[in-house]
Amino acid sequence: MNCLDILEKIGDYVDKELDPALCGEIERHLEDCDPCVAFVNTLKKTVELFNRAKISENSIPEPVSSKLRGFLKENISNAGERP
Amino acid sequence: MASVMSKDARAAAGTPAQGDEDPVLISRVNGGDYGAFERLVRKYEARVYHHCLKFLNSQEDAEDVLQETFLQAYRSLSGFRGEAAFSTWLMKIATNNCLMRIRKRKKVDIVSIDKPIDYDGSHLPREIVDWSKNPSLMSANDEIREVLDYTISLLPEDKRVVLILKDLEGFSNIEIGEMLGMSVAAVKSRLHRARLFMRDALSAYFEGTLKLAKTEPDR
Repeated sequence: MNCLDILEKIGDYVDKELDPALCGEIERHLEDCDPCVAFVNTLKKTVELFNRAKISENSIPEPVSSKLRGFLKENISNAGERP
Repeated sequence: MASVMSKDARAAAGTPAQGDEDPVLISRVNGGDYGAFERLVRKYEARVYHHCLKFLNSQEDAEDVLQETFLQAYRSLSGFRGEAAFSTWLMKIATNNCLMRIRKRKKVDIVSIDKPIDYDGSHLPREIVDWSKNPSLMSANDEIREVLDYTISLLPEDKRVVLILKDLEGFSNIEIGEMLGMSVAAVKSRLHRARLFMRDALSAYFEGTLKLAKTEPDR
């Protein structure tokens, strides 16, 4: 397995969806290839940063929220609409 | 972007109060309790809003789609069977609405055929810098947050869609394929390209060659 093979399979490797035998091949390659180690580490960190980012998005600007409530009231409540 | 976190949104970040669980609220909404629907809106409005904002890169469009999504959810709620979590069902509605908005813009063809990866030869570039242990990454600080927001805005729309659904929203490749009308292999391919793009952008940031552009979303 060369560096380009790693590049093609790295997505499944990072997502832990790769066949164990291929994982073993990648890990053997990584033992002797510093650029690939750096590449894999930074790709894993990229994914991890996005995974972490999703947790903290729990606020909304109050004007946007108010506008939403007004819109829904106008289109649902006032019309006496039921789901 | 300045934001004020509502009390309900803070509550939504933790364990729901008794009676605030989604199935209970949905049942009450279907029984005619509009207040219960407002509780659902409060719980999920921030998540839907940020989802739309990242997809669309436009505050105005994100607000429109936010409104369309909750209205559509209300009108479809009686048909919600609970086979998936309410949040998954809601995010699928939001995603479909975002995709329709993108298609209306006609800026990109989101089902375009992917190009091969642009790496030549049998080796990766030799000068790869490993920034994964950079001390600034140890905590979720505001600057990293800005970097992520900025770099994701640089992604071409077709790749941004897949990255958001997978790495921010946590949908499976199969679910993403269903939403976008693509095979799982095509989803994986596009996700791979998106992650490589993001990795490159973050590398440029940590190497000092990418400066954050302090731009507001389109209005």
